[in-house]
Amino acid sequence: MKKYILDMVVKSIEHYANGYALLKMGMASPSEALPTVAPGQFVQIRIDETPEVMLRRPVSINFVDYDAGELWLLVHGIGAGTKWIISRKPQNTLNVILPLGNGFTMPAPTHQSTSSDGTEHPMLLVGGGVGIAPLLYLAKALQEQGHKVYALLGARSANDILQRELFERYATVCITTEDGSLGQKGLVTQHTIWDEQLFAEVFTCGPKPMMRAVAQLAQTKQLACQASLENMMACGLGACLCCVQDTTQGHLCVCQDGPVFDTQLIKW
Amino acid sequence: MPNLHINIGDLHLQNPVMTASGTFGYGLEFADFVDLARLGGIIVKGTTLEPRQGNPYPRMAETAQGMLNCVGLQNKGVDYFCKHIYPEVRKLGTEVIVNVSGSSPETYAACAERIAELDDIHAIELNISCPNVREGGMAFGVTCSGAASVVQAVRRVYPKTLIVKLSPNVTDITEIARAVEAEGANAVSLINTLMGMAIDAERQRPVLSIKTGGLSGPAVKPVALRMVWQVYDAVRIPIVGLGGIMNATDAVEFMLAGASAIEIGTANFIDPAVTIKVIDGIFDYLTRHNLSDVTQLIGLAHKA
Repeated sequence: MKKYILDMVVKSIEHYANGYALLKMGMASPSEALPTVAPGQFVQIRIDETPEVMLRRPVSINFVDYDAGELWLLVHGIGAGTKWIISRKPQNTLNVILPLGNGFTMPAPTHQSTSSDGTEHPMLLVGGGVGIAPLLYLAKALQEQGHKVYALLGARSANDILQRELFERYATVCITTEDGSLGQKGLVTQHTIWDEQLFAEVFTCGPKPMMRAVAQLAQTKQLACQASLENMMACGLGACLCCVQDTTQGHLCVCQDGPVFDTQLIKW
Repeated sequence: MPNLHINIGDLHLQNPVMTASGTFGYGLEFADFVDLARLGGIIVKGTTLEPRQGNPYPRMAETAQGMLNCVGLQNKGVDYFCKHIYPEVRKLGTEVIVNVSGSSPETYAACAERIAELDDIHAIELNISCPNVREGGMAFGVTCSGAASVVQAVRRVYPKTLIVKLSPNVTDITEIARAVEAEGANAVSLINTLMGMAIDAERQRPVLSIKTGGLSGPAVKPVALRMVWQVYDAVRIPIVGLGGIMNATDAVEFMLAGASAIEIGTANFIDPAVTIKVIDGIFDYLTRHNLSDVTQLIGLAHKA
């Protein structure tokens, strides 16, 4: 897939509680089409005008609306780089490299993946905090392929549960919060949906300990599981070898060989 | 039309801009952004006789105007390079130079000997300055006798252009430069990364898996420039300058200090197309200063 370095325009920015923001990006010229991107791919954003930040920041692609010419980035402003990104204003430009990495491996369209009794089990997407970002576009893609989708969103508190309404367009949404302020109290792996519903496959993105627990649970239920990792990276192009993940195949680059991996490969 | 050609030993570069080892992969990773055939040269990832896994994650920490890395020479070994990478990169239309590393003079030489068999590789860069491996690497580059022992072993088996990459983590880099020149090195490149570290204050522990790493980026440029300046006065062989070059002006400064060619490293991460901008910028600089040949820049600031 050809990669581009583009100056994209911030069409709008929506601030959520707790330092989260949704940037809707467009091409500098409205007549230009957005590059084709797959669910699970990411962009590298250049951070300018900040003396303490030099490297680009990798951000997952949250959603793409080709009709509106919008590519969405959901960003949690925690460090100097991400805080700079969420302080952008409409009409500002951001220099981005995209699309990067391999997206999620899509399961076969629904008519081919029915189980032995003729009914297809739903796909389960499990996101933690801002890790839900790549799962929204995935939910849409899975639904378009005829799959039934469950989105299990977990966070510390109700304010950290993001884009619930958007997920509801494509999925049955389940929620856990650690403080019990929304949904079931506890961790995503403790939600009762795991016992109430049979699933076909699990897709997860979030903090590493959460993804590891989700992968273990999926394994006990003999479900295939894909995880999108977010190791610290420099180049994003497979050149510097900084973002490696230890796997059964040795050190693999999260940026180029991932960011999505079959969890059976990962040595957590 | 100013001339941009530069010779480093028998290596003929169409312009002085090369990419630094470990920052540009094998070039192919950047093919969407850079017309690779326009580059002076590509110095590919450090290659060793045997495959190496490198160090555990985390391998990178960003610092003020710089970054630390402790990748530790992860590579698939020289056999893999010869069989799978060389056929791909030999046709890129630019000089491909292999960065060679080892854990003893013998393993350096054995690796260099394999590369010498490759017709379209006209030079190697000998890495005696990697700060991130326990055996070999920088251990050889910080003493004159260590540096000499590796260059001597490699010189015996490697007849083409031999560039030796020097470590800045020494008291006097000119002594090391003289030692490798005496053993027949055709050029020196400097600087490799400066050893440093980062500590996570909240988690109260070192950030990098092996605690220390090599610092690169704009933060190291003044140190690199000073060392190129000093080495220019100390040796007769050409110098390849690197360390925090972000743009054409930085590149010109290194040439004015004494470099015949330059390498761009960390800047590739921030702007993957930066190399072409630097080539064009050097051309513009020469035009603006009515200079007909890029070689006129080499060491010019010493005459000021």
